[in-house]
Amino acid sequence: MHNKTLAELSLGLQAKTFSSVELTQCFLDRINQHQQLNAYITVTTELAMAQAKAADQRIANGTADLLTGIPIAQKDIFCTQGVVTTCGSKMLANFSAPYNATVVDKFNLAGAVMLGKLNMDEFAMGSSNETSYFGAVRNPWNINSVPGGSSGGSAAAVSARLAASATGTDTGGSIRQPAALCGITGLKPTYGRVSRYGMIAYASSLDQGGPMTRSAEDAAIMLQAMAGFDEKDSTSVDVPVPDYRANLNKSLVGLKIGLPKEFFGEGLDENVAATLVTAIDEYRRLGAEIIDISMPNLKLAIPAYYVIAPAECSANLSRFDGVRYGYRCDNPTDLTDLYTRSRGEAFGKEVKRRILMGTYALSTGYYDAYYLKAQKIRRLISEDFKAALASVDVIMGPVTPSTAFGIGEKMDDPIAMYLSDIYTIAINLAGVPAMSIPAGFVAGMPVGLQLIGDYFSEDRLLNIAHQYQQVTDWHNFIPTGFE
Amino acid sequence: MSLTADEVNKIAHLARLGIDKQDVAAYANDLSGMLDLMTRMSEVNTDDVEPMAHPMDQAQRLRVDKVTELNHREAFQEIAPQVEAGLYLVPKVIE
Repeated sequence: MHNKTLAELSLGLQAKTFSSVELTQCFLDRINQHQQLNAYITVTTELAMAQAKAADQRIANGTADLLTGIPIAQKDIFCTQGVVTTCGSKMLANFSAPYNATVVDKFNLAGAVMLGKLNMDEFAMGSSNETSYFGAVRNPWNINSVPGGSSGGSAAAVSARLAASATGTDTGGSIRQPAALCGITGLKPTYGRVSRYGMIAYASSLDQGGPMTRSAEDAAIMLQAMAGFDEKDSTSVDVPVPDYRANLNKSLVGLKIGLPKEFFGEGLDENVAATLVTAIDEYRRLGAEIIDISMPNLKLAIPAYYVIAPAECSANLSRFDGVRYGYRCDNPTDLTDLYTRSRGEAFGKEVKRRILMGTYALSTGYYDAYYLKAQKIRRLISEDFKAALASVDVIMGPVTPSTAFGIGEKMDDPIAMYLSDIYTIAINLAGVPAMSIPAGFVAGMPVGLQLIGDYFSEDRLLNIAHQYQQVTDWHNFIPTGFE
Repeated sequence: MSLTADEVNKIAHLARLGIDKQDVAAYANDLSGMLDLMTRMSEVNTDDVEPMAHPMDQAQRLRVDKVTELNHREAFQEIAPQVEAGLYLVPKVIE
């Protein structure tokens, strides 16, 4: 049962080949068996079984939705009423949100079953899942490697079949990079497509939630449930949501694929590059036309991002003050001591590093040189995307410079860790949608191909990904030991 | 560009963020490395470029001026570390 796609599971449930209770139990047993991955922070066994029973009722009544009864899991950044939401931090280790994130409400409405809350880098700050207060997550393809981050628990869980699919969030690559490193499909939608209400904020102008799944078709089903305008999120965009499965089978003949030369230069592992070339050849066989393009400002994405994201993070995380919710230090001597020690004792090193960087970039005398400058660079990068996407339908390139690195390998060198985000960050600065799809293996470890489209072209990206998955089976490989 | 330990302590104070004494040198080193990375931004002339704060460049939506939210005071205070008689407790501020 656990190897079926969402569409297959839905059919099986409707045909009563198996019940949601049986399916949910199957996934709960697998979660229990594979605890060594550390993919989950909280497993909601009782809630899941109650939801599964309700789903079986709904199926019997004939009022089921496509996702009714399907066991999924939420990244622990989405607030869940009555279930602890930690955001991977000691700060929120006991935080029980007083409301649900809109994304959680939408899945509840669809009748999906929540298996639990998935591990992640602390406050989504990290590229390896090693900054989690709840410990590193292991990559199912090699348990000594990182799964990527920050949605590392989501990627590991979907790859190891510990959930039928999962949610993630992506501020600088946090859906696409772990999806690539764990061999699954991940979609970061257009900024504003999925509500950020109840999704704990890291960098508000960059954060976007999206699906992490086994296939493009599954991603279409998940995005259908997640997307849509939300009055509770002032940055939500009021654009109609198309039927994401309607165009999956459209032919790719005549598709124009742009390959930015900046994506294939120095720093990209040659075996990863060779794998991507093979994948792009497959698109050529599907009728696509390959066009070389240039996006000269891409090289400035990392410096601009590491000003803007920390600046927004330092503002967002100022809400954690030890007064209203979250961790509070013992016996504060005065108000400043309460703030300083509560924050000092409960935030990890990476979060502190980014708060310090952001505070510095926004402080008197440095604002123009760093923050304003970075915002201007952001405009240039965004214009590069607009120009490129005026001449091609989709941009393709790597997701990561190499396959998954070893646990502990980059923890002492934060700059090296930041540089590994080189191919994903620019997309968030521009706000366009992008996907990572499995494109092959190097020495047994998965490689992701990135597809980048114009604003609100998720349906087109899903079509392009789905067509590739019809002629390849990289997305069907299962890590050894998790069959 | 490199930051001194004093500067790191000053930034930490501005952020009301406790950092361990033994970590200050490492933070100074990491932040200096980040600032070095950022010097690359100055290679590009941006004099006539409009800063971009947000991907959508859209105006903030307005809503009708009417009460839509109920009072959730009790639910919110239930998760606070210390409350008494409906008030959040903090150390004494005024002598």
